[in-house]
Amino acid sequence: MALLSTHGLTAHYGQFQALFGVDITLERGECVAIIGANGAGKTTLLRALAGVLPNRADAIVYKGEPIGDRPADAVLRRGIAMVPEGRKLFPSLTVEENLLIGAHARKLAGPWSLEAVYGLFPILKERRHGPGTALSGGQQQMVAIGRALMSNPDVLLCDEISLGLAPVVIRDIYNAMPQIRAGGAAVIIVEQDIGQALKVADRVYCMMEGRVTLSGPAAGLSREAIHNAYFGAAA
Amino acid sequence: MNWLDTIVQGILLGGLYALFAAGLSLVFGIMRLVNLAHGDLIVLGAYLILLIVSLLGLSPFVAALVALPLMFGLGYGLQRVVLNRVLGEDILPPLLVTFGISVVLQNGLLQGASADTRRLPTGDIGVASLNLGPVTIGVLPLLTFASAVAVIVLLNHMFYHSALGRSFRATSDDPVTASLMGIRPRMVFAQATGIAMMIVTIAALYLGMRANFDPAIGPARLVYAFEAVIIGGLGSLWGTLAGGVIIGVAQTMGAAINPEWQILSGHIAFLLVLLFKPRGLFPRAFD
Repeated sequence: MALLSTHGLTAHYGQFQALFGVDITLERGECVAIIGANGAGKTTLLRALAGVLPNRADAIVYKGEPIGDRPADAVLRRGIAMVPEGRKLFPSLTVEENLLIGAHARKLAGPWSLEAVYGLFPILKERRHGPGTALSGGQQQMVAIGRALMSNPDVLLCDEISLGLAPVVIRDIYNAMPQIRAGGAAVIIVEQDIGQALKVADRVYCMMEGRVTLSGPAAGLSREAIHNAYFGAAA
Repeated sequence: MNWLDTIVQGILLGGLYALFAAGLSLVFGIMRLVNLAHGDLIVLGAYLILLIVSLLGLSPFVAALVALPLMFGLGYGLQRVVLNRVLGEDILPPLLVTFGISVVLQNGLLQGASADTRRLPTGDIGVASLNLGPVTIGVLPLLTFASAVAVIVLLNHMFYHSALGRSFRATSDDPVTASLMGIRPRMVFAQATGIAMMIVTIAALYLGMRANFDPAIGPARLVYAFEAVIIGGLGSLWGTLAGGVIIGVAQTMGAAINPEWQILSGHIAFLLVLLFKPRGLFPRAFD
């Protein structure tokens, strides 16, 4: 049985339908990338998984339990943590407080603690008493990832963690991914950069206009197939 | 006229106004909710303490200790059952609802306790004073001010150095992202209002021991509290204490010149601060 799966998942923003029956699965310890153009519904999918967008209970099944109708705080308590798009650090909190609040509701012994996160991103330890908003974009992204890890999640959702960052910084961030996966968490990353996604993921889902148009192991997908799924095949 | 004495009395009076204001400041800082029933809730607290004093024969200080958890429960329930439903993008519904609560409280107290003025028994402490050369300090006003400082210190410590305060600040920054951390914003709001009602209880204790009260005096206490919060800068707890002191000093100095000017002087001081520092003396860096 999959760790996490969706079944005909839909999502609406008012009159606008953003997802049309999405079915994906995530196995324990796996890393899945979701790629697609702007507006394909990638972020909406992650927000639904995190409980920010309400859904039918059985649209999302986690460890055998239907959780589609659970609010975000209940989803986090069950072990699904999110690194939100745009990092969303709390400006009133210092770097260390931003990390600590990640463990506010789910204090679980596990691979991740304040020390472990500082070990993963040493620069944060130097800046820990400063406000999170005083950091560079890449450092802020490290805080956002560390904050999500602090709850020792079984599933880590990463929304566009390379957005707006310089290539060298993106490399630093993705260099942390093997260590994160070694901690045991299964990871879903939403990524615009196809090359980056194929490099880090075991499997890939490609989305277009609210539907999954292609899926398969990252190693086995041809450039052409991805191109067609990304922009729509001229069929 | 002894100006030093006047200023000292004003500062001590400011402690009472800071107690009125601290709860309002906390709630506004966390959920951007202006509770128009705040003054009436202080009056309700005074009646509750009076009730406990007369039923159980306790001293007002012990009665206030008994009232603290009751008022926390009242605030928690009020937020969960009523105020959480009206919080949102539109700031008008919470204003209307708390205004309605204010009317209900005033009339409910009028029905239940009549329009007679009441006072909490103070015993010897109400008239005791310390003679310090040119200045004579009443023990009760000194206790009021010390309580205000203690409340602000404790609130600041809770707000900036505890997990609870961290969840308050995070929720105030961004409730959606806070919920991704497993925080329930509605629960946080209820806890904050509960704590605000505990401060209201302390304010009610000193209000009731210092002077007479009746069911109609709530709105004026709300105005003093609101002015103290605005003078200090929204969201700054030490600013709220400073705001209370400024109003207190302005009122006693006005009264020293002409007793008719007491209330007016406080309002003028408020308007002057607004004129030169529209965001208050210690505004938060971001909003």
